[in-house]
Amino acid sequence: MSITDMAIQAGIWALEILAIAAPVALSVAYITYFERRIIGWVQVRQGCNRVGPAGLLQPLADGLKLFLKETIIPARANKILFVAAPLLSLVPALIAFAVVPFGETSLFGIWEKPHIMAISNLNVGLLYVMAISSLSIYGVLMAGWASNSKYPIVGSIRSTCQMISYEISMGFGLVTVMMLAGSLNLADIVHAQAGGILHWYMIPLFPMLIVFFISGCAETGRTPFDLTETEELVSGYHTEYSGMWFATFSLAEYGAMILISLLTSILFLGGWYAPIPALDVIPGTVWLLGKTAFLIFVFIWFRATFPRYRYDQMMRLGWKIFLPWTLGWIFVIGLFIYTPGLDGIINFWLAWR
Amino acid sequence: MLETAFFNLFAGLCILSGIGVVLSRNTMHSVMFLILCFFNASGLFFLLDAEFLGIILILIYVGAVMVLFMFVIMMLEVNVAKLREGITQYLPLGGMIAVILLVEFVAAASSGVFADGAMATAAHLGQEVNNTKQIGQVLYTKYLLGFEIAAIILLVALIGSIVLTLRGRKDAKYQNMTAQVKVRREDRVRKVSM
Amino acid sequence: MLKRAFKTWFLWELLIGLSVTGRYLFKKKITVLYPEEKTPLSPRFRGLHALRRYESGEERCIACKLCEVVCPATAIWIESEERDDGSRRTTRYDIDFSKCIYCGFCQEACPVDAIVETQEFEYACEQRDGLYYTKDMLLANGDRLEKQIAANLAADARYS
Repeated sequence: MSITDMAIQAGIWALEILAIAAPVALSVAYITYFERRIIGWVQVRQGCNRVGPAGLLQPLADGLKLFLKETIIPARANKILFVAAPLLSLVPALIAFAVVPFGETSLFGIWEKPHIMAISNLNVGLLYVMAISSLSIYGVLMAGWASNSKYPIVGSIRSTCQMISYEISMGFGLVTVMMLAGSLNLADIVHAQAGGILHWYMIPLFPMLIVFFISGCAETGRTPFDLTETEELVSGYHTEYSGMWFATFSLAEYGAMILISLLTSILFLGGWYAPIPALDVIPGTVWLLGKTAFLIFVFIWFRATFPRYRYDQMMRLGWKIFLPWTLGWIFVIGLFIYTPGLDGIINFWLAWR
Repeated sequence: MLETAFFNLFAGLCILSGIGVVLSRNTMHSVMFLILCFFNASGLFFLLDAEFLGIILILIYVGAVMVLFMFVIMMLEVNVAKLREGITQYLPLGGMIAVILLVEFVAAASSGVFADGAMATAAHLGQEVNNTKQIGQVLYTKYLLGFEIAAIILLVALIGSIVLTLRGRKDAKYQNMTAQVKVRREDRVRKVSM
Repeated sequence: MLKRAFKTWFLWELLIGLSVTGRYLFKKKITVLYPEEKTPLSPRFRGLHALRRYESGEERCIACKLCEVVCPATAIWIESEERDDGSRRTTRYDIDFSKCIYCGFCQEACPVDAIVETQEFEYACEQRDGLYYTKDMLLANGDRLEKQIAANLAADARYS
């Protein structure tokens, strides 16, 4: 490999990363806008509609405001970790997108074989996403500890407990997907769901879809589970943060929300396939992003609807309800796969047999 | 060439962060250095085409074990001055271990195992080789007994730790959440005819 | 029993909640878009003050200082002198709107309907000085808004 080849390769990588990171950052900005409008509409208000036509420039104005605000670092805080914590929570949220396949393209027939539109089509993609999303705990934990203040540390401990608890049921929910698809590669999982809505994993794994999505809510700390930033904790682990560092935390939260929505549509809702095979003429990426957009809307809808969980109730939901359900469903799926007679039913979804 | 560069990067950072773990005064910084060290080790696994091991290293060590470490360290109040008190007492023993290790490393390095021709320079495998599958197949056939024994030991440890820390306090008040959740309007609200 | 289990495991109550918010999502919004739309104001609305004149152009205020006395926030400051024609007139009639609480007592106290509160409420300014209104400014307010003031007084007349 010569130097020029390496330079070209590095350039292609940089372009690929940019092609995913820039839309993600932009959509994070506009999800905040749509969140405010949708919650406004639900509450029979208008939401933000002042800045620009229909308020569409609001996210830019917010960004500018946060950018111009002073970043305050408390005097007794651990300065290095205080500054590093927002980055530690943002980076995992962004690098998890590296393995997400956004569709399949033959580039208008130029390539003979369709290519997967992902930065890296990793064989252990599912595990990679799980591993990376478990890293976002560090940002929260560091932020709470480095602030050297009591409310942030209580908030961060709560948040960490919540993330760890729900990660387990999320992981077990994914095991059922692996059992049906027989692969950890996200693109292979989507391929296993080809052929219409009946082949999607939301049919045999409906309880897992619910568990995964609600756990995703808890993992990102969205509203029924946003008790890390309750009023009684003075907004939890980011109490001491201001300006751009605060914005980084919310960027990470919304990035994680996009990721969970993308994963749910890839794993359970057939990824880039249309509900009816005839509709596959519309590019797959449109379908995938449409499903993702709907799930993000559901996130916001949840926020507009549900009151917050009490802390012990949330722990009960994670450990006493979701965990037994996911374990039980793994058992049921295993039973269906290996029992003669029953395997006829599950063979419809089984890609590897 | 790119691979060598990445190897040097990961290995160098691994060693540097290892030194950082030992030398940093703030225990929290030590933990962060250890996490960095794990990351670089997993990068080395990736370079060896062992992506499953690399991911598992991050998932288990960084994602779970180190979080618990950090919890413990956050709760401890570490007194640095007190830690340094016994340094002269431990220095001879520690120094001896360090010297022995150094001799061993030098002996191993000069024994010829790491000579240029002796190292296996295997070509990279394609993407169709899925080492998750390979590991799974080996683990569940050849090493099934060991795997199951390890699983049972872990399960026993899990249950044991719960049993040891669980103390049913009779005098504490708590809420029966299942009853709370199950409550319906009909149970609480009664229509009274006036 | 079966019904209850069904409701629990299919998250029935959560779905009901979602359907309620889903319906409200499409309801007509009741927000008044303020700068473009405004809510109707009562004739008794107490906004910016104004000093009125008679139709002849003579100012109504006779410097009796009842408003100054009744003002609970001591926002009014009056100085008076004898004018050349022998009548008592104010030489200074200042209202500090950063003190004023818009209680309307001055309007009630005034024997000649000289000081009134108008329906004007958009007089925000960026400096505190801008809220200090002198006699000339108040008279100008009165000249500008006389039509509105007269109409409001007429509308409210049969109640007072």
